Parts: sequence; C-alpha cells; structure tokens
Amino acid sequence: MLCRAKRSKLTEKVVEGVLALTSSISILTTLGIIAVLSVESVLFFREVSLSQLLFDTQWTPLFLDKHFGIWPLIAGTVLTSAIALALSVPAGLIIAIYVSEFAHERTRKFLKPVLELLAGIPTIVYGYFALLVITPVLQHIFPEMGSFNALSAGIAMGIMILPMMASLSEDAIYTVPRSLREGAYALGASKLQMILGAVLPGAVGGITAAVILSAARAIGETMIVAIAAGQQPLLHFDPLQPVETMTAYIVQVSMGDTPHGTLEYHTLFAVAMMLFLLTMILNVISLLIRERFQRMYR
Amino acid sequence: MRLAQECNMSSVNSFVQREGTVRPVLARPWSEVAFLFLARFIIISALFVLILLVGNVVYDGFSRLTWGFFTSFPSRKAENAGILAAWTGSVWLLLLTVFFALPIGVGAAVYLEEYARKNRFTRLVEVCIANLAGVPSVIYGLLGLQVFVRALGFERSVLSGALTLSLLVLPIIIMASREALKTVPKGYREGALALGATKWQTTYTQVLPAALPGIATGCILAFSRAIGETAPLVTLGALTYVARVPDSPFAPFTALPIQAFNWLSRPQTEFHVNAAAAIMVLLSFMIALNLLAIALRAKFQKRQR
Repeated sequence: MLCRAKRSKLTEKVVEGVLALTSSISILTTLGIIAVLSVESVLFFREVSLSQLLFDTQWTPLFLDKHFGIWPLIAGTVLTSAIALALSVPAGLIIAIYVSEFAHERTRKFLKPVLELLAGIPTIVYGYFALLVITPVLQHIFPEMGSFNALSAGIAMGIMILPMMASLSEDAIYTVPRSLREGAYALGASKLQMILGAVLPGAVGGITAAVILSAARAIGETMIVAIAAGQQPLLHFDPLQPVETMTAYIVQVSMGDTPHGTLEYHTLFAVAMMLFLLTMILNVISLLIRERFQRMYR
Repeated sequence: MRLAQECNMSSVNSFVQREGTVRPVLARPWSEVAFLFLARFIIISALFVLILLVGNVVYDGFSRLTWGFFTSFPSRKAENAGILAAWTGSVWLLLLTVFFALPIGVGAAVYLEEYARKNRFTRLVEVCIANLAGVPSVIYGLLGLQVFVRALGFERSVLSGALTLSLLVLPIIIMASREALKTVPKGYREGALALGATKWQTTYTQVLPAALPGIATGCILAFSRAIGETAPLVTLGALTYVARVPDSPFAPFTALPIQAFNWLSRPQTEFHVNAAAAIMVLLSFMIALNLLAIALRAKFQKRQR
C-alpha cells in the first residue's frame, strides 16, 4: 500500500480538487442562468420580432388578440421602483448621516438590530401589509384609488429597501477620511455645512452605488408587487391604479397552466431575460462606481 | 470682532451677541436642530412601521391558530383550511436545503480562503458569486424549472425546490463563511503547519472549528431567509393545492409562504385571516432559527474560552 507520506499527499490533492469543485458551482449556476434564459428567449424571438417587443404598446400574450409590447411591464416596474426609491433614498441617507455623525453609541447599538430586522422580514409580509393596511388607509385619502395600485406596493418596497440604503450609505460615509471633516471645521464650517460640503461630496461615489443597488433590488422584487400592485399590464404612470411589473408577470404565468414549449411559456423567459440584463447592468455599474470611488482615497 | 464677522462661524456668532452677552458656545444652529428632528422622526417611524407590520399580522391571524389549523389540509372553506401540508413542506425544504447548501457553501468558502491562488479561475469564481448575489429570486426559480424540474426530471418535488433554494442562498453562505474564516488569526494556521500538519489537517482541526460560530450564524441567517422565499418556488411551479405531507424528496409539496400567498390572492376576508395565521407561523419559524443562531454562537464562544 502507499506509504503514509504518499497517502496524505494524495488526500491533500483529492481534498483540494473536491473543494475547487464546490467553488465551481457558482460558475455553473451563472452559466446555467444565462443558458436557460438565452435558449428560451431565442425560441421566443423566432415567433415575435424585436420591433414588436419594442414598438407595440400593449402586452397581451395570454389573450386571443396577442400583443407583445414590453413597455407596459417596464412602466409598471419603473413606477413601483421609483416610488420605492423616492421613499427609501432620502430617508436612508438621512438615517445614515444621523447614525455616522450625530448618534450616540447606544443609539447605534439599538438601531442596527432594528434595521436588520426590517430587512429580514419576508417580502410576503410586506405584501400583506401593502394590500391590507396601506391600501385601505390610502383609500381614505384618495377615494379613486384601486384596491390594487402602484403606490401601496411602492411604499412597502421603500420600507423594505430602507435598511439596505441606510447601511450602504453609512459605509460610504464612514470611509470619508477625517482630514476632510477636520479641514471643513478648520475653515469655519458648522456641523451641517461640514456634512453637506465635505462629507457628502466625499461619499458621493459610495452613495450613488448604494442608490443603484437599491434600485436593482426594487426592480427584482416580486412578492410585494404581485400581491399589491395588481396583474393588469396597463401602460400608464398613475400610482393610484394597478400595474403589472415584469416580476409579477413571471409569477402570474407560472401560477397558471401554461404548457411547456408554447409561445406563452417562452414569454416568461423573454421577460426574465430583460429583467436579468437590467439588474445585471445596474449591479455592474454600481460595482464600477464603487471601485473607482475607492481608488480616490488610496 | 471683524474675524468673527467675516468667518461664517455660526456657532461663534451664536455666542457673541449684539451687546456682547454670552450664550453657550455649543448652541446648535436651527438647521441642525431641524435635521436632528427629521432624522429622529424617520427612525421612530421606521420602528413604528416594524411594530405595525408584525403586530398587524399577529392581530389578524391570532384567532386562527388552533390545533386544527396545524393539522388540516387546505380546503375550499376557509374555516376548515389548515397548514399541515405547508408547514411540513417548509420543514422538508429547510432540511434538504441545509443538506445541499451547507457543505457546498462552506467548502467553496474554505477553498477560496485557504487554497485558492490568485489565478483566473479564482477571479472568475469571485465575480460569479458577486453577480449571483444580485440576481432576482424569480430567475433562480426559472433556472430550477428548466434544470431540475425538466432536464433532470425531478418534477415539481421537494428536491427541486430545495436545490433551487440552495442555489439561491449559496452566495450568501459563501460570503458569510469567508468572513468567518478571515477572522481566524494567522497564528492558528502557522502553528499547525509548523507542527507538521498538512493543509487539510490544519484546516480541519484548527481553522474550521475556530470559524464555526461565524459560519453557523451566517448559515442560519441564510436558511431563515430561504424558508421565507416565495417567488422562486412559485415560479418552479410548486402547487398551491397540495393535500399531502411530503413522504419522500420526490413528493410534490407546498410551503408556508406559498400557502399564505395563495390565500392572500383570494378576495374573501376569511382567507386573509388564514394567510395572516400562516405568516405568523412562518415568522415564528424564523425567530426560532435566529434564536438558535444566537444560542449556537454563545455555546461555541464559551467552548473556546
């Protein structure tokens, strides 16, 4: 048999091989996603031209009169995400500034778990909240609001994204060097002037990356919009009326009995491909901004 | 005097008043007071919303939490519908996901931290992990649909669901485990190697046990997120009307979030109450997992003393 030294060398090689294999699962997953989306999208584009996708203004692939314009879904996604960002970006930024510049240690210790808790709540709970709490309350203020609408979903999404925005912005603010702050004070600035004039411009790269990441998260969110925003792909920007997002459409078709291999089935993957590209581009842009921003302070 | 007038030192201005009377040096300008008020208001609102979120669900669903609710299957009548299939499905999903994701995730983290050299392969793996963390969960569902349900022929079983969820949480586990491994002091590894241990012996006997609290916490948080995921399972095609407890990994299944979603999609309020109760059970699962994480971390840290 192999002597002990040779046996442990063999063991080492085997172990390293197995562990390398486990790491390669991430590569396989990425390739798998790209392959699956591409193959089915190609099948979709065999029957529907790109110009139909881009220039039609109705999305009715499940009806008899089929239209394949992607804009209603994109409008739905953009509307709900914009509302979510309008809520979470200012609030998250203010919380980040407060926590890094003003708060006591006690407040920070208390706030961190609270924000983590908010971030950890399953999205279906936010969907429940949006449908059964936010919508009825808002219907008192806006009587013409539909029971499915973009505003409630957007607000719930904004609350969900708030911790992420606050945490990422706080990281960005934290990396601004002390010399910048002290320089501002030395020039006679008040605390707020120092923050607005030195810290925020210094952290603008990280904060922009945070906004883009939060946007990507909002775009990819499924359950809140599927439950509360409705499943009618209408092309409009009225927050009080129902919309359908790309993600909600995917859920809608998946829950139905769409047979495998049909055109309707392929629309799933065409929409998913657009969603994937959109979030991927946003994530890459945010990564590039962060890397460029980090280089500034080396 | 002229210096104070030229500089925009509002705090100095605030103490050098017109007749030369002195106010406290650290008086805040009103803009700062306004900002602090706004910030505190936002924080209190966030806290309020958190309490409202959970409290509302508890208030709505509490009445439905009877023994019958836990031991019945879904039904057309809201009073008779229960979550037996759902909670057993969630448990099955959780166990299978741990079975797949834990070894692969920790293994990959160990490879990246301890073994990998700075070559193209390593860089590619890291790029992929970072990208996968940002992919929306529905897309994992579609991947699972094509690969596990169709190509590998597992049909719409717990196995397909668990494999899909494993892929979903893998990036989180890898990142959390890497962080835990990074905190192990270099001395542990160098000492073991100096005593003649091989790389694997070092890793297995010194580094991994030292990193275990961090890895355990990270993993449990990842899994607690996994059981709350609805979108990938719905996209997989997990049926919402399942009236059986899974008896094998190849059995069809439903899960707590899917059942809640199904009930929530119905217009009748009685079903909404059921949804609230199902959500309460789901949240309790997650709280239990998080408490387990805290307990495990405390236990491991005590052992290391």
